[in-house]
Amino acid sequence: MTRSDLVALIGLAGFALFPALAWAGGVLWAVDLASRMLIYGLAALALNLVLGYGGLVSFGHAAFVGAGAYVVAILSFHSMMGGSILGYGGTESGFVAFALAILVSGLLALAIGTLSLKTSGLYFIMITLAFAQMIYYLFISLPDYGGEDGLSLWARSDFGPLDIGDDVVFFYLCLVLVLLFALLKRRLVASRFGWTLMGLRDNERRMCALGTPSFRYRLAAFTLSGAVAGLAGALLANQTEFVSPAFLSWHLSGELLVIVILGGMGTLYGPLAGAVAFLLLEFALKEVTEHWQLALGPILILVVLYARRGLWGLVEGRKDG
Amino acid sequence: MSLLLVLEQLLNGLQFGVMLFLIAAGLTLVLGIMNLVNLAHGSLYMVGAFVCAWVSLQTGSFLLGLLAALPATALVGIAVELLVLRRLYARDHLDQVLATFGLILFFNEGVKIVFGARPLRLDLPEWLSGSVELLPGVPYPAFRLAIIAVGLLVGLFLFWLVARTRLGMLIRAGASNREMVQALGVDIAQLYTLVFGLGAVLAALGGVMAGPIYAVEVGMGEPMLIMVFVVIVIGGIGSIRGAFVGALLVGMTFMLCRAFLPGLFGLFLDPAGAAAVGGALASMAIYILMAAVLIARPRGLFPAHG
Repeated sequence: MTRSDLVALIGLAGFALFPALAWAGGVLWAVDLASRMLIYGLAALALNLVLGYGGLVSFGHAAFVGAGAYVVAILSFHSMMGGSILGYGGTESGFVAFALAILVSGLLALAIGTLSLKTSGLYFIMITLAFAQMIYYLFISLPDYGGEDGLSLWARSDFGPLDIGDDVVFFYLCLVLVLLFALLKRRLVASRFGWTLMGLRDNERRMCALGTPSFRYRLAAFTLSGAVAGLAGALLANQTEFVSPAFLSWHLSGELLVIVILGGMGTLYGPLAGAVAFLLLEFALKEVTEHWQLALGPILILVVLYARRGLWGLVEGRKDG
Repeated sequence: MSLLLVLEQLLNGLQFGVMLFLIAAGLTLVLGIMNLVNLAHGSLYMVGAFVCAWVSLQTGSFLLGLLAALPATALVGIAVELLVLRRLYARDHLDQVLATFGLILFFNEGVKIVFGARPLRLDLPEWLSGSVELLPGVPYPAFRLAIIAVGLLVGLFLFWLVARTRLGMLIRAGASNREMVQALGVDIAQLYTLVFGLGAVLAALGGVMAGPIYAVEVGMGEPMLIMVFVVIVIGGIGSIRGAFVGALLVGMTFMLCRAFLPGLFGLFLDPAGAAAVGGALASMAIYILMAAVLIARPRGLFPAHG
C-alpha cells in the first residue's frame, strides 16, 4: 500500500461517515450533494483511464454519461406510460436498467472509438466532440422523450430490497460503485494492459515497433471508459430524477476534463478529489454570488497555468520523471 | 417552384457558409500558426455582436455599431492574448482547451453583467432591410446578399494578405518554423498578437453580421464555435483555403438538409415522424460530414503543412 492509497482510504472512510455527520449537523440535504460528487468522481475516474493513462483527450465523454442517463429514463418512461422501445416495454428494475445503461454506453464508445481512434491529437479532440454533439442533437430532436425539455423520472430505479429513493441508501450505492471501480482501475493500471496503455501514451512509435497493436489497446480502454461513464450517467439520472440534453452537452464534457485536471491527471484517485473540490467550489461560489461563473473561469485558468499536477500531485509528493 | 426553392436554399447555404468562414479564418490562423486551440474565439464573436447591438441601440445607427464593434473586439482580443493566451502557446492542447473553457465561462458571465441577461435586438438600417429581386419573381433579402459580398471580399483580402504581402510571408514562415523566424530578427510575439487581433476583428465582423439574423444573446458563441471547429477540421488546420472550402461545405450541407430532409422523409414516414427524423438528421449532418472526411483524410481536405 502506497501513501496515495492510504490517503485515498482515509478520504473514503471519511466519506463513508459523511451521512452520519450530516445527520448530526442537521444538514441531511448535503448527502445529496455528496452523492453528486461521487457520481462526477466516477465519471472522472472513467475519463482518466483514457485521458491520464491513455493520453487520449476525449472531449465527448458527456455522450456516454448522457446515454446511460437516457437509458434509465427511457426504460422507466415506457414502463410507466406504456409503449415500447425496439419492442421492449421498459422496466423500473435498476438491475436491468443499469446493466443496459452500461451496455449501451459501452457499445456507443466502441463505435465512436473505432472511428475516432484513427485520428490523433487535435483531430481526436474535435472528432470526439463532434460525435458527442451528434448524440446531443439526436436527443434534442426526439419529441417522444422530451426533446429539449428533458424527461422526468417518476421514481428512482427499483433495486428490490435496497430502496435508493432514500438519499442515504443512494449515497452508499454510489460509494460502493466508486470503490469497486477505483479498485478495478488500480489493478488494471498495474497490469500488462495498463503498462501497454501508458507505453503508448509516452512513446507510441517505440511500442508499435515492439509489435503492440496500439489501436486495439486504446479501443479497449476507450470502450471500458465509456461503459463506466454510462454507469455514472445511470446514477446521475437517479440522483436528479430527471434527464435532459444538458447531460449530453459539451459543457459536461468540459467539466469532466476540468475535474480530472484539477484532481491530477494520470493519478489513481485524483479525479475523485477533483470532483469533490470542483463541486464544492461551484457550491460555495453559488452561495456567494449568482455570477459564480465569472469567478470559476479565472480559477480554472489559474489551475491550468500554475497547478500542473492537480490536487493529487500534493498527495503523491515529488515523482521522478 | 422547387427549382427556385433550391436556388434560395443554395443562397442561404452560401450566406451561412461565408459567415462561418469569417469566424473560421481567424481561428484557423491562430490554430495553425500559434498552435493554440482557442475555444474563446466564440466569445469574441459574441462580444462583437453585443457591442454592435448596444451602440446601435444607443445611437440608432447600425454603421456606428459596426465601426465600434470591430476595434472594441480587437482590443478585447489583444488583451486576452497578452494576459492569458500568451502563456499557453508552449502548453499542450489539453491545457489550452481547459484555460479557454474558463475564458468562455468568464466572458458569458461578464457579458451578462455588462449588457444584461436579456437578448438585445439588432435592427437593420432601411437600405439593408429590403430585398433584391435576383430573377424576376425571386426576391432575396438584401442583408443576406451583403453578407455574401462581405464574406467573399474578406476571403479575397485574406488570400492576398497571406500569399502576397510581407506580413503574410512572415505568418507562413512563423507557422512552419517559429525558431528560425525568430532567429532572423522578427519579433514573433508581436506578430502573434497582431494575428490574434486580426482574428478577433474577423470574429466581430461575423458577430455583427449574425446579429440581425439570429438573436444577440449570451452563449450565442458556443454553437457557432463548435460548427467553426467542424469547418476547420474538415478544411485542414491552418489553411485559409481549407477554411473557405470547409465553411461552404458545412453551410450548404446544413441549410440544404434542414430545408429538404423533412420533405424527403415525408415520402415514406408520417409527417410528424418525418419532421422529427429530418430535423435530427439535418443537425447531425454536418457532424456526419466531418466524421466522414476525417475517416477518409485524417488531416482534413487541405493539410496546411507537415
